[in-house]
Amino acid sequence: MMPVTQASDYAREVDSIYMFITYFGIFFYSIIIIALGYFIHKYRRRRKNEDTPDITHNTALEVIWTVIPSIPLVVMAFWGFNTYMQARVAPADSLEIKVIAKKWAWEFTYPNGMSFGQEMHVPAGRPVKLVMISQDVIHDFFLPDFRIKADIVPSRYTQLWFQADEPGEHQVYCAEYCGRDHSNMLAKVVVDTEEQYQQWLEQKAEEAMNMPLPELGKLLYVNKGCNTCHSIDGTRIQGPSFKGIWGQTHQFSNAQPAVVDENYIRESLLQPTAKVRAGYEAIMPSFQGLLREREIQALAEYVKSLK
Amino acid sequence: MAEVLTQRTPAAVHQPEGNFLTENPGLLNWMFTVDHKRIGLMYFWTIMTMFFVGGVLALALRTELLTPKTTIVSAEVYNQLFTLHGVIMTFLVLVPVIPATLGNFVLPMMLGAKDVAFPRLNLLSYYLYVFGALLAVGAIIGGGLDTGWTFYTPYSSTISGGVSIMTMGAFVLGFSSILTGVNFIATIHKLRAPGLSWYNMPLFVWGMYATAVIQVLATPVIGITMVLLLMERLFQVGIFDASLGGDPVLFQHFFWFYSHPVVYIMILPGMACISEVIPTFSHKPIFGYKAVAWSSVGIAVVSFFVWGHHMFVSGQSEFAGAIFSFLTFVVAIPSGVKVWNWLATMYRGSISLGAPMLYAIAFLLLFGIGGLTGLFLATVAVDVHLHDTYFIVAHFHYVMMGGTLIAFFAGLHYWWPKMYGRMYNEFWAAIGCLLVFLGFNGTFIPQFIVGSRGMPRRYYNYLDQFQFLHVASTIGSYVLGIGLVIMAATLIVPLFRKRYDAPNNPWGAASLEWTVSSPPPTHNFHHVPVVTHGPYDFKAARRLEQMESHS
Amino acid sequence: MSDIAIPVGGQAHPRASSHSKHLQHHFHNSAQQFEASKIGMWLFLVTEILLFSGLFLAYFILQTRHPQAFIEAHHHLDRSLGVLNTVVLLVSSFTMVMAVQSSALNRIKPALVYLYATFILGGVFMCVKYIEYSHKFHDGLLLGNLFSYKGASVPGEYLFFSMYFVMTGIHGIHILVGMAVIAYLIWRTHQGMYSSAYYTPIDLTGLYWHLVDMIWIFLFPLLYLVS
Repeated sequence: MMPVTQASDYAREVDSIYMFITYFGIFFYSIIIIALGYFIHKYRRRRKNEDTPDITHNTALEVIWTVIPSIPLVVMAFWGFNTYMQARVAPADSLEIKVIAKKWAWEFTYPNGMSFGQEMHVPAGRPVKLVMISQDVIHDFFLPDFRIKADIVPSRYTQLWFQADEPGEHQVYCAEYCGRDHSNMLAKVVVDTEEQYQQWLEQKAEEAMNMPLPELGKLLYVNKGCNTCHSIDGTRIQGPSFKGIWGQTHQFSNAQPAVVDENYIRESLLQPTAKVRAGYEAIMPSFQGLLREREIQALAEYVKSLK
Repeated sequence: MAEVLTQRTPAAVHQPEGNFLTENPGLLNWMFTVDHKRIGLMYFWTIMTMFFVGGVLALALRTELLTPKTTIVSAEVYNQLFTLHGVIMTFLVLVPVIPATLGNFVLPMMLGAKDVAFPRLNLLSYYLYVFGALLAVGAIIGGGLDTGWTFYTPYSSTISGGVSIMTMGAFVLGFSSILTGVNFIATIHKLRAPGLSWYNMPLFVWGMYATAVIQVLATPVIGITMVLLLMERLFQVGIFDASLGGDPVLFQHFFWFYSHPVVYIMILPGMACISEVIPTFSHKPIFGYKAVAWSSVGIAVVSFFVWGHHMFVSGQSEFAGAIFSFLTFVVAIPSGVKVWNWLATMYRGSISLGAPMLYAIAFLLLFGIGGLTGLFLATVAVDVHLHDTYFIVAHFHYVMMGGTLIAFFAGLHYWWPKMYGRMYNEFWAAIGCLLVFLGFNGTFIPQFIVGSRGMPRRYYNYLDQFQFLHVASTIGSYVLGIGLVIMAATLIVPLFRKRYDAPNNPWGAASLEWTVSSPPPTHNFHHVPVVTHGPYDFKAARRLEQMESHS
Repeated sequence: MSDIAIPVGGQAHPRASSHSKHLQHHFHNSAQQFEASKIGMWLFLVTEILLFSGLFLAYFILQTRHPQAFIEAHHHLDRSLGVLNTVVLLVSSFTMVMAVQSSALNRIKPALVYLYATFILGGVFMCVKYIEYSHKFHDGLLLGNLFSYKGASVPGEYLFFSMYFVMTGIHGIHILVGMAVIAYLIWRTHQGMYSSAYYTPIDLTGLYWHLVDMIWIFLFPLLYLVS
């Protein structure tokens, strides 16, 4: 019935309730259809002024058809709530990943304090706890294969946890409307084996430290979600394109003209609204505290490389 | 097809010297009328215009979704279109459609009254509606608005565009709705004809009463919410903005405290129409009158305590989630009871399949799906998965369109002869109903599947794997559109006929509005009617009619 | 609610001679019209109460989030002016009752005097409010982003003033609307429109005025006596 991957025990439990309700629904809907069809056929008006019996009510029948269907409803309510409670309290030994949501990108920070873009890697067979916060408006982390979802609110942490059965790849959606690119605010959860996960983490950390600056910049351009608003081929998205801007003098709606150099890019990242390009809106979030110096340098070098 | 003209004898077709349509002609006389029937018709045409706009927007949205990326519009435009579609359909169509049109038109007549209690307030309510509608539509055209009809903060309080004007529009529309509610409650309490006790009132009136209670009690809260949102935007007062010390989720509580009861402002009048049509077309009294009447009131009361089921994933406490889930199941029970009552009414009846009955049957089938899929969403663990997916979209369209609007169409076909004094073509009405039914299912059944597979709503772009179902849904929506056009044409074409050919009581109904001519005289009743039989005592009504036509 | 009284000899168009000139055509008699109006007014008052309930709720939630700021901020309000305004409104409620009472007894002269008194007391309330507001404006103790008071010691004090201005502002608008309606009543009374046979507008305005008064009774301790 629900042809979605069941990636955890919890997902299977939710699906059991789902099926229970489905069977309940089919049963009662069948009663409606059969009764309706039968009555229309059997009691079709045959002639003018046909008489009908004066049946006005039947208390016993009414009590029965009110009480009997209510019993499965009670089952649904309790079963549904108990299962939900399982998804609320993460085990103490969970792997904790911090999630920051912003228009329109995700950032996943691992216990080593580093983040590597729109793919979340987690080990199979171990509970993973997400501690989530939004940097601007309300977003929502939705992982359908695990049947979990939670709003991500500014200035308040919300939590989710899940435990994957086995390695695989799972789609993440933003499920709370957040503006123009809401439907592109996607991510992946990649489930590895424990060893693969550790290897991946080490390798990524090493890559990030040793990468040449422009390459690191290129990686950050995708990982930090710059690409959702700034193109590198000259097309206008929400913000100005990066193509060929290095060394140009830009006009601003709220400041004196300035040349695009290292200091300008640094300021644009840390205080994006200090200088707003003429013709664009001041909608860029600040990356203050979210980028290391080396990463800022890398982004500047990357922009420089885009001729 | 249906057996329509039981009473079409020369004596029964009482050609009145003047009726409310033709007496006092002229634009100004219409514009400043306080006649509830004229106001009802003005509401009807205005709301239908908005429904047309909202429908065209829906077709544009469905067309855009034919392909995952750009089909006809950009993401910005798409987001504005679904916002406008949502705002128009909820605030401008679904909320007022039955009370303000059918309710205004028939409620006083059902009570044997000459008008509603406050006719001038009624007219004011209409103009507030027009003004609010202009603000709402102007906000989109003037400033652009892409918040969705739910206006969640902090998105709505921080973006530029027409949000402020829209909130003012919603505020004004709220007032319009309150005035209608106040008017109906006072009318039902004080203007019933002699002999018309509470349990002798048609169930339509009970439904309107329950609706009016919700309108009066819930709407002020959306009013103040909109004021606070406006202050937030103008002065950053900080109530809903976390960065200023406020609470963004508080907005959701305020919003749903109104907007869940509003679902029942929409569906109770729908049930009210069905409760008239099914007994009349089964020629048999309603089964369990008191159960149906009190279940309306019960729904109205419980509807105030279930708003939190929109917020299972918003971070509210687990305890609150449990309570709201439980109460949501409680509110499901009276709705289910009504379905059994309608079915039992048909049992051993004498069922004629006129257009109103066809729509009533469509209602039972569609609302059944809408109600049963609601159970998934009341169950917390399952709702967490389905929340904000297409499953929700499909569910509330089954309740709102499959329920409210289909019931409205049933009521419209039922009272149309009374409103305009002309019969419509039953064959084309049936074709329209069939296409609407098939097209509607074609549109929304695929959305249940897409949603349960995890596709979120309000998505401009989607994964390729969902395309087949989206194409199916879009084709369904075109069929639905064609069905609605046929329905409209079937109703409008007879209006060009000069002669009134509708008898006073084409369906053999037993409530008071069918004792006056079609269309009714300006003051409804030449003599204050005295009620001597129940609203579903069709035999007594027939005896009375025969006595009158012989005398 | 009881069933309506059965009218005698119901005629579609009531003969003007046997009915009051205030009776609208769709009512059977004055009593029915009066009761309907009264129901309508009570329902309207219910919507008003709910409107303010929303504001009170918002106030309580913000106060729980920022208790210290609210205590600190409310010291800027002048308690004696608050007390004065409370007394003014209570007295105006009394004069309103007397106006209704007098018109019910067909004593139109006194009714007129009481209406004038109520109107003037409403004006006094607004004047005091004006004095309070102008102090706040002068000190920059304003709502939201207009808040420019330099001496604030606890962050979030502006939230208190946001609520203060929204709540007293909306309440003030209600007073002004009430005064406008009372002015209309005074004008109509001068014209001799009201008598013990028909004084529904005065009666209903009285209900409204009491509600506005009652809301102030809640607002006053909430804003001026925070603890």
